Order: sequence, then C-alpha cells, then structure tokens
Amino acid sequence: MGTVDYAVEMRDITKRFPGVIASNHVNLAVRSGSIHALLGENGAGKSTLMNILTGLLRPDSGEICVRGERVALRSPASAIGLGIGMVHQHFRLVQTFTVAENITLGMSRPRFALDMAPIEREVAKFSSEYGLAVNPRAKIWQLSVGEQQRVEIIKMLYRGVDVLIMDEPTAVLTPQEVRELFETLRRMTADGKTIIFITHKLDEVMEISDRVTVLRAGQDVFSCDTGETTSRELASKMVGREIGQAPERPPAAIGGPVLEVRGLTAIGDRRTTVLDGIDLDVRAGEIHGIAGVAGNGQRELAEVITGLRRASSGFVRICGADMTNHTPRSIIEAGVSHIPEDRLGVGLAPNLNITDNAIMKRYRCGEMGRGPIVDAARARTWTDGLVERFNVKTPNLRTAVRLLSGGNSQRLLLARETSMEHRLVVAVHPTRGLDIGATEAVHSILLRERESGVGTLLISEDLEELIALCDRISVICEGRIMGTVDRDQLNLEEIGMMMAGVAAEAKGDGHLEAGA
Amino acid sequence: MDTLRLVLEKREAASPFYRFLSPLLAIVMALVLGAVFLAASGFSPLKVYYYMWWGAFSDWYGISETLVTSIPIMLCALGVALAAKMLLWNVGAEGQFHMGAFAAAWVALSMPSAPAWQVLPLMVLAGMAAGAVWALLPAVPRAYLGVNEIITTLLLNYVAIYWVEYLVHGPWRDPVSLNFPLSAPFSSAARLPSLFGTRIHLGLVFALVAAGLIRLVLGRSKWGYEVTVIGENPRAARYAGMNIERNIVLTMCLAGALAGLGGMAEVSAIAGRMTRQLSPGYGYSAIIVAWLGKLDPWAVALVSVLFGGLLVGGYSAQVIGVSAASVNMLQGLMLFCVLATEALGRYRVRVVHAVRASGEEAGIDG
Repeated sequence: MGTVDYAVEMRDITKRFPGVIASNHVNLAVRSGSIHALLGENGAGKSTLMNILTGLLRPDSGEICVRGERVALRSPASAIGLGIGMVHQHFRLVQTFTVAENITLGMSRPRFALDMAPIEREVAKFSSEYGLAVNPRAKIWQLSVGEQQRVEIIKMLYRGVDVLIMDEPTAVLTPQEVRELFETLRRMTADGKTIIFITHKLDEVMEISDRVTVLRAGQDVFSCDTGETTSRELASKMVGREIGQAPERPPAAIGGPVLEVRGLTAIGDRRTTVLDGIDLDVRAGEIHGIAGVAGNGQRELAEVITGLRRASSGFVRICGADMTNHTPRSIIEAGVSHIPEDRLGVGLAPNLNITDNAIMKRYRCGEMGRGPIVDAARARTWTDGLVERFNVKTPNLRTAVRLLSGGNSQRLLLARETSMEHRLVVAVHPTRGLDIGATEAVHSILLRERESGVGTLLISEDLEELIALCDRISVICEGRIMGTVDRDQLNLEEIGMMMAGVAAEAKGDGHLEAGA
Repeated sequence: MDTLRLVLEKREAASPFYRFLSPLLAIVMALVLGAVFLAASGFSPLKVYYYMWWGAFSDWYGISETLVTSIPIMLCALGVALAAKMLLWNVGAEGQFHMGAFAAAWVALSMPSAPAWQVLPLMVLAGMAAGAVWALLPAVPRAYLGVNEIITTLLLNYVAIYWVEYLVHGPWRDPVSLNFPLSAPFSSAARLPSLFGTRIHLGLVFALVAAGLIRLVLGRSKWGYEVTVIGENPRAARYAGMNIERNIVLTMCLAGALAGLGGMAEVSAIAGRMTRQLSPGYGYSAIIVAWLGKLDPWAVALVSVLFGGLLVGGYSAQVIGVSAASVNMLQGLMLFCVLATEALGRYRVRVVHAVRASGEEAGIDG
C-alpha cells in the first residue's frame, strides 16, 4: 500500500469478444472518496470495463484490487458483497412494486415475513442523509425518471455499497434533476463513498469529477486530475484520431434545398424533450452528416422527418412543401427514402421473402399490378432486377430476409430505398454492424446518390465515415444542433467539443445560412 | 454440484415437417390426455372414442350432421383466423354470431310475407352488417387508443348473448310458445335452402366460398399483402406507409361479418326462429379451430369438420352415459395441446448439465 488510498484498482485488464478487443490492457485506479469520471465515445470500452468491475463479465487477464486486496469477482452478488454496485442507464425496477419493495427485492435478509416498516425507516434515513427525496411507499410507475434513479441509488446504499458506478446518469434527467444528483454525489463522497461516473459529456466531467480517465478503442489513453486539464484537451483525447485527408471525389453539384427543418421539437419515448429546436438544411446533391453520441435525438430526428413521430412544434419542408406531421405514406410519396437505424426491426419484415420486402414501398403503384391485385410475375421481375443491380447474394427470391447476412439485407434495403422516386435520403447508421466490404458498398451507393442530385441526411456515429462522405457535418447533442462545419474546414477537435455538448464558437462560414 | 436442467432454446426456423405435423400431434396428445380423464371417471376411453367416431362419421346421417355442425364453426373460425393474421385476438366470434342471428331474425320477423328472393339476401346483409358492427365496437378503440381487444371482444359476447335472451324472453316471445323462450317461427321463405335432402344447408357454400376468397385475397391482393406485412412486422408496415389503424378496423369488421353470417345461417336454416340456444359455443370453438388450422383458410375449413364431428360424436357418446361436458373438456385439452405444440415448434428442449460453483449466489439483477 502506498500513500494514496485506492478504493478500486484495475490492472492490465483485457477482455476479448469475438472479433474485437473490448478492453486492451486497461488500467484504472480510483481513489477512495473521490468522483472519478470515465470518459469516452460509444464503443470505447466503458461499459465492458464496468461490467467486469461489477462481476457481470470476467476479464481474460488482469487483476482487480478492492481497498488494496486482490479479489475475484464472479457475479454481481460477489461485487456487491465487496461494496461495488452500479446504477444502470436503464433502471432495473419493478414498475408495480413500491419503492421499499424494490429496494429489498432480491435480498435474502428478511427471510420470510416482510415487515416494510424498518425498510421504510432506512430509506427515509438515506433520503435525508444524501438528499435523495423519495416516498418509500410510492409505486415505481408513479415516479419521475429522476426519482426512479434515486431509488436505484438507495437500493445500492441499502446493500452497503461504497463504490457506486453511475452509467451515464444524466442522460435521462432534466437540468434541475442533474443539479440535485450532483449535490447527492458530493454528499456521498463527503461521507467517504467513491463514485465512478461514466459519461461522454465534457462539461459534466469538468464540473463534478476529481479525476478523469479517457478510454478510446478499448484502451485507457489518458488519466489526470480534472483540475489539471481542459475540456479542449479531453475532447481531443476522446476523439483522438488525426484527421486523415478526406478522399478525393467530384465536387458536388449543389442545388436548392430538398429538406428544410426549422425550430423542430419532439417528445421521446420517455416523454422527455428529445429534439429541442432543430434547424437544418439538406440541399440537392449534398450529403449532410449528423455527428453525435448515440441517444442525443438522432433516431427521433429521422423519425420526425419521415412521419413516424409527431413534431410538437417547428416544421419540416420537403422540396419546398410543408410536410410536418404528414403521414409516412405522403412523405414517401413526396420523395423521401429512409434507411432506418433498426433495419430488421423497422426497415424489413424478416420473416417475409425477398420479393415481399422489395415491393414494400412500391406495391401500391400501377406497375405492380392494376387495381387491387399484386402482379406476382412483375413483382418478381422487378425484384430480380434489384437483386442483380445491387449485388444482393441470395439463393433465390423466396428466401426469407432473416436468413440473409447483415450486409445483404442492408443492400436489399438500400436497393429498395434508392430505386424509388426520391429527392432525399434519410440514412441512420447505415453501416453499423457491417463488415468492410458491405460498408464500402453502402458508401458507394450513397456517393452515387449524391452524384445523381439527391440530397442525403446521413446520421452516423462513425466520424471517419462522416468525414469520408459528407459535404457538411452538423453536430447534435441533447436534441440541439451545436454547430455545422463545412468539409474543407473540418476540425476534429471542434467536432469532439460539440459532441460533448460545448457549442461551436462563432465561425462565419460553417454555420447554417439563415432562411432558405 | 452437478445438476440436470431443462432449457428452452429458440429454434432458428420451425422445420416445415413439424409445422405440418404439429396440429396432428396436438390432437393425438389431447385424445391421450382425455383418455386419462375418461378412464378416471370409469369409462373405457376406447369405447367412448369409438362411439364418438361412430356417431360422427360412420354413416351418411352422421356425416351430414357433422357437416351441419361444422358450418357455424367454419364461418366463425375463418373470421378469427383473418383477424389473427393481423395479430388481433378476436375472442368475440360468439357475440358477433349472436348479433348476426339477431339481425337476420329481425329481418325475417318483420317481413313475414316477403318472397325468399327478397328476404334471404336482406337477412344475409343484415347478419353480416350486425356482426361487423359488433366487431367494430372493440376494433375502433383497439386501433386508435390501443385498448386490448381480447378483453373487449370477450365482454361484448355477454352483451350479445343476453340481448338475445332478453328478446326471446320478452318482446319477441311467441304468444303461442307456451312460455318457452322462443320467437315466432320464420316464414318458409326466410329459411335458407338445404342441400341433398339433409339438414346441410347453403351456409356450407357460403363458408367454402369465404375460405376460397380469403385465400385468394390474402395471397394476391394489395390489401392482402398489407395484412401480411402488418402481421409480420407492424413497425415495418408503418414505416412503409401502410395505414395500420384502418386495416385493423377493416379486418375486424370482416371477421365480424363472417361470424355474423354464421349466425344468420344457423338461425335461418337450422333453428327457423330465434331461440336462446343457438350456439353451444361455436364462437369459442372457432378460436381453437383457427389455430389448429394454422390460420390457413382451407386448413381451417378441414379442422372445422373435425370439430363438428367432435360435437356430434359427443352427443352419441352421451348414449353410454358420458356427460356432455367431456366434449368441452376435450376441446379445452386440444387448445392446450395446440399451444404446447406451437411452443415446441418455436423452441427446442435441451437437457444441460449445469455445474454451479458452490457458495456462489445467483446475481440479483442481470
């Protein structure tokens, strides 16, 4: 034991999954009584590392010491036995149970007779001690998201946890709730507890943490006391990559706007504001990229534009016509193609065959058969042409789409979407989960679209993809556009700052032109 | 500590052979389980099954009665199957059947002297319309507010059944019926013609034509294509611009119209007047039939005949003292077995040796 008192030390942790190294010789040392921020993009290895620390995953190699003693973590229960607990981003609470019932759930202490009174007393004690106001008799479904998070924290305290891992705790909170959470965390550390705070938001790191570790691509690339660094430095460490020279391609023949979005707001599935006054343009012949960490409103933006989610205010204009809150069908007919994030869940019907999937947006029109009848022969001929042209590898057209590889089903989806009459493509994470070959195929299709004068809104988490393809990149964070950068003025550090919630500095060129 | 555990694993794809086999397997399983109950209540199962078979299928009379009984089941089951194609649980065929019978009877009773070519088409239309309206009531809240249709369709059954009871006990009771809850008899023009000199009636033709039409429409038409896509993946259907709400309402109305037509045929051809005992639960049997037939119209028609035989055979078995409830029990067992074989079609059971380190507790949360 040295002079510094570490609550948790993880040394040389490696964890491989098929095809990827999620943790690559990672070291992490967390001082007792401190708030330690773990910063990184999606897929940087934050969750893997924390799942190892909470006993959900076992490392392939490396060692873990808790309060200076080497331990083996076999299960979440053994982690909790050592005082390590986690508050997940998606809460694990039974909606119809009370707060107190949820807190004792899974514990063996009251063996048979459940007397809630002492539990409620204890909950009240934690509540007042740490500012975690919650009524122990309330049912979970009656509580706001912020209150549910407090229940999760109390659950961990009740189990005697003194190292608390919070996984992106502010993602679901209102600004007021964030204040209260930070106050709670400060009180807890003052009481000697240790917090590991997973986030990708720089301002939160700067505000709340004592020390910060940056993870990138499975490695710990940077660690220092928060007071000795700046958010600019952290942003560059987080994004990390040098900007490669953007690949050469013919200059875009940019035309008039095909998509104009102004002041767009929308409510998400959790009934919070997910889009908060979005202004955005896509012009004919350009690819306009939307960068950002997942869950900042990207999916919802695409849904509102394509009519799958209601806008609560603002408007969406397509080729000059107001299409705000029109039906998906009339938006399709206005010339909008959509490559959704969840290709098998939304874009395709996996149990149906290739032909049925290929005609999904085309069966209504006359060329697929007159009147109420689908002309099966024409549908097959049409599908045959698509499969041929887009190189979809399949035994035959009767094959169910779920049996296709990810790359082939995405090719089929793109084939369908780019073969219809369209002026705008809304593509959401179009290459996620695809191998290199399929990714290149998708990229070349998108570039071909650009050359043919179609406007593309490309939503992606992959910065390299955006840099390779886009004419402009806007950054979205918490449902707001933080800024827009032209292709020839790309500055990764600035994009990293905006992704982490720091607004762009005023910079004439890159910004959205006012009006249309 | 070494323990054996049974694990359910999801299959990649149900084998086509099993898909075909599973309804047969379900029937055999139900008969075997039913035999246990019959034996326990002191009957020889083989003898009972023999009597049932003999009553339902051994002679022309038995077969014709089996077909007669299968007609209302078939029409109701086609409706249930059509709704189920869109992931809607229409448990309300019984109520739609009763409302169809009510509306047809109303037409027949208010036009006692009209000729058949006037009154019968009107009865068909009224029966289908009433069934459709009865299905519309739960369909609209389901489509636009997400109100669970299983509960609403089920509860509306009781409303329909008691409505008919009220009519035959009250306003519609025939003064010469000696206080029996019966309406006045229909004119002979309002009776659906029978076929082959038996009680088999034109309703069988309606049902078979309906099966053929449904097959054709689902397989070939743009609307049928929408139903298929919505049933397979509603999110994809919405994304592709299909109007799911309207299709829910439309499908439910068609399902109700089919059951209503069943009610019309039954009251017109078989009863000839409104009574309170039109159906021994045809609309509920229809749910089992629809799933045994895997929602395929022709298979549903075939299974309906089997179920007609089950009911008719049940009456024969009463000759040797088996209670009528045994047939209901067999039906119930079949539903259980259908659900069980469905599950086995999608999952496979595997025995695993689980080695659990001692002294380690299972995780509290995943």
